[in-house]
Amino acid sequence: MTEEIIIAGFGGQGVLSMGKILAYSGIMQDEEVSWMPSYGPEMRGGTANVTVILSDERISSPYLKLYDTAIILNQQSMDKFEKTVKPGGVLIYDPNGILAHPTRTDIDIYQIDGNRLATEMGNKKVFNMIVLGGFLKIKPIVKLENVIEGLKKSLPERYHHLIPLNEKAITKGMDNIFSYKVEDQLVDH
Amino acid sequence: MSELRLMKGNEALAEATIRAGADAYFGYPITPQSEIIEYLMTERPEHRTGMVVLQAESEVAAINMVYGAASTGKRAMTSSSSPGISLKLEGVSYLAGAELPAVIVNVSRGGPGLGTIQPSQADYFQSVKGGGHGDYQLYVLAPASVQEMADFVSDAFDIAFKYRAPVLILSDGLIGQMMEKVVLKDQKERMPDEEIIEKYGDWATTGKKDRERNIITSLDLQPEKMEARVHRLQKKYEQMEKEDLRYEKIQCDDAEYLFVAYGSSARIAQKAVQLGREKGIKVGLLRPITLFPFPKQQLFELADQVKGILSVELSAGQMVEDVRLAVNDKVKVEHFGRTGGIIHTPEEIIEALELKIIKNGSN
Repeated sequence: MTEEIIIAGFGGQGVLSMGKILAYSGIMQDEEVSWMPSYGPEMRGGTANVTVILSDERISSPYLKLYDTAIILNQQSMDKFEKTVKPGGVLIYDPNGILAHPTRTDIDIYQIDGNRLATEMGNKKVFNMIVLGGFLKIKPIVKLENVIEGLKKSLPERYHHLIPLNEKAITKGMDNIFSYKVEDQLVDH
Repeated sequence: MSELRLMKGNEALAEATIRAGADAYFGYPITPQSEIIEYLMTERPEHRTGMVVLQAESEVAAINMVYGAASTGKRAMTSSSSPGISLKLEGVSYLAGAELPAVIVNVSRGGPGLGTIQPSQADYFQSVKGGGHGDYQLYVLAPASVQEMADFVSDAFDIAFKYRAPVLILSDGLIGQMMEKVVLKDQKERMPDEEIIEKYGDWATTGKKDRERNIITSLDLQPEKMEARVHRLQKKYEQMEKEDLRYEKIQCDDAEYLFVAYGSSARIAQKAVQLGREKGIKVGLLRPITLFPFPKQQLFELADQVKGILSVELSAGQMVEDVRLAVNDKVKVEHFGRTGGIIHTPEEIIEALELKIIKNGSN
């Protein structure tokens, strides 16, 4: 199994830490992992992205052109990364602030209303864990218990009391991700 | 007991430096290698092993602090990124001239000039063709993973002390910034003076006591003496080529075409090998792990087997010159690489192989 993922959004949405937790979760179940962030001026310009690869084999390139899954959290990232999903791959996005929705019919597209769900939970910071939960519902590549172990490893001990909240957010994401059919949208018009 | 962690390349190198039993690190921050000094400052190794970590007032100061520490037989390191390494090169030449062991790390970025902070491999010439002045060579290690960022630190110190010569670890922003699993080795004790003398000889300025004084200098105004020194250096470089060449062959056994790539480009080229083979192109990869010494003989031999060679690096074409020298016109050798901080994709490498080597007719 090899899963090649791009996570892209605004700086501050927790894009890099979502990738880090996913990578740690992979380590917890003995996978090879790589985590390659955008850094520097790209991030200072407000967008952040990270390539995460989990594999049971040695990982060659940490930097890719095409991905199995794209998790897209703002319009700029949609413009840049919709086309990088492999045919038959998965695109997950938060429709909040998205004006030009995805149009590809050769991939599976899912919506997760992460921003609204995070507001409902009363903590905007768990947004990235909600989205991670949604991803894991579609692609159960790591077990929930390993994500929790991964969280313990990647969070400093003083934040460990927040782990139950993060777990709740992941479950919430798992329960609230929905398929988005481009064809249905075209019929509406 | 070894320890498994998820770390950035820069952090892994910093932690490995403490664990290698280094005595001192002198540095100055610059993207994309700042995590090295940040990690060391946060980790406070003076409380763990007694290792000194100091932010110098400039890159030039840092390399000269390394010169000072190395003169006393201590294991000292400095790190920077491309423009900062340019500033250090006078000091590097002095280290080579004075025959001092030291480890220099370059987490390179795009240039020339201030360039960009994104990854690049455009410092190949600077690393293996002098950079500083005079008849010297650096032993150059090129890590291609976070694990190698950690492992190469103690290897570099061992080589530096074996030859009494500066060693360069040439990494780049991609390997420095990415996170991977890394197995960290156990803490090595820092070496006391007596052990250094016993293992590596009594050359350092450790306090005169009952011996002739040791003088550390790169200055010899007598031509005969200076020439003898230059010859001594060249002997070391010959010995490095004989004893300490390192390279990795990936799927070369049945290869009809060959990529040559080091560091981050080797990782991307390895994926291109996989993509190529899925398309029915039998391609392999030769990864120089040391850039000096360079795997000349291995390339010369592979040139009898393959129909063409593509040298892949994040530069406008530097290592390709050494590949051509080694292959000596036996087969077609071309270069491919993106610059300016853009990283080539595995797909682009395959396209370049098809366009520049396969379709263009190899000999």
